Amino acid sequence: MKLLEYQAKEVLASLGIAIPPGKVAPTPDEAAEAFETLGPIAVKAQVPVGGRGKAGGIKLARSAEEARKAAEQIIGMDIKGFKVPLVYCEAALDIAREIYLGFTVDRDARANILMLSGKGGIEIEQVAEESPGAIARLYPNPWRGPLDFELTQLVYDAGLGDLARPLVALIKKLYRAIPEYDALTAEINPLVVTANGDVVAGDAKLEIDDNAAWRHKDLEAKYGSVIEGDPYEVEAKKRSLTYVSLDGDIGIIGNGAGLCMGTLDLVQRAGGKPANFCDIGGGAKAEVVENALAVILMNPRVKGVVINVFGGITRGDEVAKGVVTARDNLKMKLPLVVRMSGTREEEGRKILRENGIEPGASGWEAAKKIVELTSVGAPVTGTATTGAA
Amino acid sequence: MSILLDRSTRVLVQGITGREGGFHTEQMQELGTNVVGGTSPGKGGATHLGVPVFNTVADAVKATGANATGIFVPAPFAPDAIMEAAAAGITLIVCITEGIPIQDMIRVKDFLRGYPEARLIGANCPGLITPGQAKIGIIPQRITSPGPVGLVSRSGTLTYEVASALSAAGMGQSTIVGIGGDPVLGLTFRDVVELFEKDPATTHLVLIGEIGGSDEEQAAELLARGSRLKAVAFISGRTAPEGKRMGHAGAIISGNRGTAKSKEEAFRHAGVAVAETTDEVVGMLT
Repeated sequence: MKLLEYQAKEVLASLGIAIPPGKVAPTPDEAAEAFETLGPIAVKAQVPVGGRGKAGGIKLARSAEEARKAAEQIIGMDIKGFKVPLVYCEAALDIAREIYLGFTVDRDARANILMLSGKGGIEIEQVAEESPGAIARLYPNPWRGPLDFELTQLVYDAGLGDLARPLVALIKKLYRAIPEYDALTAEINPLVVTANGDVVAGDAKLEIDDNAAWRHKDLEAKYGSVIEGDPYEVEAKKRSLTYVSLDGDIGIIGNGAGLCMGTLDLVQRAGGKPANFCDIGGGAKAEVVENALAVILMNPRVKGVVINVFGGITRGDEVAKGVVTARDNLKMKLPLVVRMSGTREEEGRKILRENGIEPGASGWEAAKKIVELTSVGAPVTGTATTGAA
Repeated sequence: MSILLDRSTRVLVQGITGREGGFHTEQMQELGTNVVGGTSPGKGGATHLGVPVFNTVADAVKATGANATGIFVPAPFAPDAIMEAAAAGITLIVCITEGIPIQDMIRVKDFLRGYPEARLIGANCPGLITPGQAKIGIIPQRITSPGPVGLVSRSGTLTYEVASALSAAGMGQSTIVGIGGDPVLGLTFRDVVELFEKDPATTHLVLIGEIGGSDEEQAAELLARGSRLKAVAFISGRTAPEGKRMGHAGAIISGNRGTAKSKEEAFRHAGVAVAETTDEVVGMLT
């Protein structure tokens, strides 16, 4: 789960990290009210994705009227596929220095990596590319966390020795997001040193491991519903499906992430555009297939669906019966191509054919077939290969 | 011959009395795997599927001489199960369980540094099979056949797809290893390729990779130094859209590695043929 900035800041504050005073504003009026209590504010779009500043999602307001106007412009705006549900109004900071502080999982090292740099701000990736030495790094022991002397070294390596004492204390607090919240990434960029010498979190990014959601039900309950994601993804989550929306028009269902991703590749190679990624996992039970089809058919752009099931132990006849039942229950009229293999695959293919669904011989054949059936000018119903009931 | 696993391997099943553990133990036995026992805390002393059940892995190792294990316990308990197996002296640990929190796996990986003899496969993987001899995990034996092709893969179902196509074309497999798709896992592509390189029965190699991380690039670097294996690689996810990134931390450490393009280029540079679809793999191997 990727938290919004204000949510991440609430978590940081609970760990003892200083954050600027701020107020969540779901409406322009509330943004104007925030100005009355906070004075000059930054009005910031709340979306779980980077690059909102460059997209026009952050505006400075020096009056209540400006705050209202900024919020009017930002709320409802689309930033990289996310509709902005609300703004966060935060007291403007008198910035003296900007520092980068973050940790993430380094896949190659199979470890967490802590990073600190005196060259914070939005150009940090460029800094990483051009002068990697400007970013100090530490791999803390995952059982005991970083020790004081290790953090002191990190701070001096980053050239921030004059701030050693406050930074060591602050990094220890941030690190607690790992054992306490199963954070995969936590980033404060910029970490601001104000003109008064205070060290406060200017921005905050926090991603919590979905695999550990059972340990953090409180977070999910508090923040899970605020993020307005893609409506199909929201529905898929309710039905416990692994689903990602894409911008094409061919629905994709596969069992196993690799096979599903491979099916996307095949459809694209055949000249089609996938509308989604949907992994139904092992087993391919009728109920799961129906759930997946139901979500995919919610999307009016979808012109056809391809199902790719490789059954090792899964029985082909059961998969086929499940697909037919799901299609009939949903009264699906769009072209449907099913590729399946596994034990009793011949019986399965026979069931599909008897019900007017042409089985694809391989993933590639199925991909070509669905692209052909959904392309302009193709007969939509009436052929043996369509799923017309 | 084969790598990691053969008929003589003495296999334990952690979670043998569970539904998944029980079902797959029977499949493993059907192939002829030497399953010597299982564990299920509180059920020690019982017999299940014809083998003794123990409360702990240490007890099981003492009584049976087990040297390998398959883990089929739920995600909240799997990290401890892996460490228990390593501490008991098991040298091949195969964890099928999916959904283990990443921070738990990072701690497990650190723990395993104290047990250099222990090799972990997975988690979140289909396991491994030496066709005609033995398997630990869930790879269906009916799609495999004995032969000279080593197969290593990050994806479960794509492994089945390719194994099935190889078998249909009369190209059997020495050992098939599904290393799993999690970001923090046990054996890497590179580790498994090194083992195949040393196995005289393996003459061909198929690598099925995925976008993300740079395990494929590292295996390619190894193969580029010279290999006796005729190899084909396939990378899935070449058309996957870029993830919606939130912070900069990921980009700072990985740069432009991890894309399908970077992986395919690394393999081509190493003299490994790159298939565009899994259907092409068999043809390119001959």
